[in-house]
Amino acid sequence: MGKSRSLLSRTRTRSAWLVLLPMLVTLFVVAAWPLGRTIWFSFTDASLDLMADAQFVGIRNYLEYVKFGDEDGQYYGLLADARWWRSVWNTIYFAVVSVSFETLFGLVIALVLNQQFRGRGLVRAAVLIPWAIPTIVSAKMWAWMMHDQFGILNDMFQRLGLISEPVAWTASPDTAMIAVMIVDIWKTTPFMALLILAGLQMVPQDIYEAAKLDGVPAFRTFRRVTLPLILPAILVAVVFRTLDALRVFDIIYVLTPNTDATRTMSVYARENLFDYDQFAYGSAASTLLFLVIAVITITFIMATRMDLEGKRS
Amino acid sequence: MKYKGKLLAGIAGLAVLATGAVAEDLTIVHGSVGRDQEVLRGQLDRFEEETGHSVTIVSMPESTSDQFGQYRLWLSAQSSDIDVYRMDVIWAPQMAQHFVDLTEPMADIIDQFVPAAVESQTVDGKLVALPLFLGAPALYYRSDLLEKHGEDVPETWQEMTDTAQKIMDAERAEGNSDMYGFVFQGAAYEGLTCNAQEWVSSYGGGRIVELDGSIGINNPKAAEALNLAASWVGGIAPEGVLNYKEEDARGVFQSGNAVFMRNWNYAYALAAGDDSPVKDTFAVTTLPDGGEGTSSAATLGGWNLGVSEYSEHKDAAIELVRYLTNYDNQKERAIVTSRPPTLMAVYEDADVAEQQEFIPLWKPVVDNALPRPSAATLRKYNEVSSTFWTAVHSTLSGDGSAEDNLARLEAELTRLRGPRW
Repeated sequence: MGKSRSLLSRTRTRSAWLVLLPMLVTLFVVAAWPLGRTIWFSFTDASLDLMADAQFVGIRNYLEYVKFGDEDGQYYGLLADARWWRSVWNTIYFAVVSVSFETLFGLVIALVLNQQFRGRGLVRAAVLIPWAIPTIVSAKMWAWMMHDQFGILNDMFQRLGLISEPVAWTASPDTAMIAVMIVDIWKTTPFMALLILAGLQMVPQDIYEAAKLDGVPAFRTFRRVTLPLILPAILVAVVFRTLDALRVFDIIYVLTPNTDATRTMSVYARENLFDYDQFAYGSAASTLLFLVIAVITITFIMATRMDLEGKRS
Repeated sequence: MKYKGKLLAGIAGLAVLATGAVAEDLTIVHGSVGRDQEVLRGQLDRFEEETGHSVTIVSMPESTSDQFGQYRLWLSAQSSDIDVYRMDVIWAPQMAQHFVDLTEPMADIIDQFVPAAVESQTVDGKLVALPLFLGAPALYYRSDLLEKHGEDVPETWQEMTDTAQKIMDAERAEGNSDMYGFVFQGAAYEGLTCNAQEWVSSYGGGRIVELDGSIGINNPKAAEALNLAASWVGGIAPEGVLNYKEEDARGVFQSGNAVFMRNWNYAYALAAGDDSPVKDTFAVTTLPDGGEGTSSAATLGGWNLGVSEYSEHKDAAIELVRYLTNYDNQKERAIVTSRPPTLMAVYEDADVAEQQEFIPLWKPVVDNALPRPSAATLRKYNEVSSTFWTAVHSTLSGDGSAEDNLARLEAELTRLRGPRW
């Protein structure tokens, strides 16, 4: 009896693996293989033109002490590169600020859209428009709107008397990062709103009715009932957005390429990979980018004790 | 019978080859500025008519840095999609290996080209690309405003600064609140390297990297030049100039909102066009110098046509390159787009002199134009240029003094060079 069951379960296991195989192969080809190659290149002296001739050079792309003689020397490599650390800081700063605002605005919009009112379907669709426009297009659109001479933003603000001189939003180092974040928040708030709205719709209506009968004020209902119930949905949305924000590239590349004030890790990696003849160095940057994102995500998931496997439900 | 059939087919094939009657589909890629695309299409249409080949244009963004990244990818992937690349003057040393050596195919005509242009495209004896047109910047100025306010055409940067400030203030006082004194290319990209190299060099501050590869950029004269430039931003130049490329600067000048502009030659034809508000009220002169004992510097620019090593239609592509650089087409380009030609004879053409009067005058500027250090720094040129424009952009944005940024630039360049370029 026991033997026949194990035979059955063995067959089932085998067919499970067979069914999974196409996906595993696909995952290996599109995810593991390129990632592995990038990590490998980061330990070589590969250049874009001579990729086949890449030689292993150890951790030189990450850190190397070069002696100039006379006890003089300098550290080289990514870990000693101030521009890299500036990019890491820019990326984290961008991710924290923009994701915070997106979550806040997304929550407010989701709460509004969760109410019953006429034309709700239309508004729900309209809110999604920024998210539906391709990033390159919306970034270019904003670049024109923010142009210091021909842009509509300066024109409007000047008419309203908010500013006296046209502001060069994307050019000045003081406002470049703010400009980028404004565009990103405008674009991805709908995404947050949508995910949070999905969470809101899971909250059973009878809880609200009970709260209403007990005369609990609306804000307390929100803090004590709504928020705890939709928190898992918000956290998942935040993780998604944070992952996305840490890899940010296209908005910055279109709006303010090449300036220290907004260069992120992805922009830095691309610059070295393709513009400069530094394919291996760029690969090292890509590898560190991967590690930084992995560490931040894992820390976030652990810190919020996020329920990824559905055990608590 | 069978043998005869093969022979006939072979002869027929040879005949087709000899007359060039095989119609091939070619692709040319370029980054269009101003009316480049329109002129190129017209010339390609005639080429198609004469040869039976067909040519598709792939158009790229305006920024040369963006174009470079894309071309690098295509070439490294050995893509056969593009046959002819229009290449910036600085790219030859970095991309030489991907292009057909044009020394042989062009041997009969190469003597007719401007020597400095040919030299810029020759890497270790290999002619990487054939010069299509040259670029040397000019100082565009509003002759009507200078006259109105009784000012002379400035000869030094300081004079230009003072004149610009004076006219800007006077015009604004008259209610022309959008008026600025000077616009240039201040975005963090290759164009800023060209602009800043001119300031530094005309102040006697040397080159970014000298011809022998030494780094002398950290000197008081370079700092003086950059400090003056930094004073323009937010003063005579709008703060947005920090994100201006060629077309942004032209937009401001051509709308009548700037007294002076530094720009390449292409802007002349457009600013003098029938629909231009400043059509009859501007003129060009050479760029200012740094004052006593210095001389004006103009960065050598220009575009060249290279045939991809991975093209499947090399012969037809070479034919196309020869066609686009021939006398008539260069003449048309000179007249319509005001691009300085690469054939010496076109500078003496009477029609060109009549319709674009500044082109014959620009021959000495082109001959003495200042190359960027692409030959000295080889494959590291892009990074050198980017390090330089970053230092300049920081100075212009008020992020550190010129002295500090130049000291850091020197350290970074030294580090970048390592044992050798």
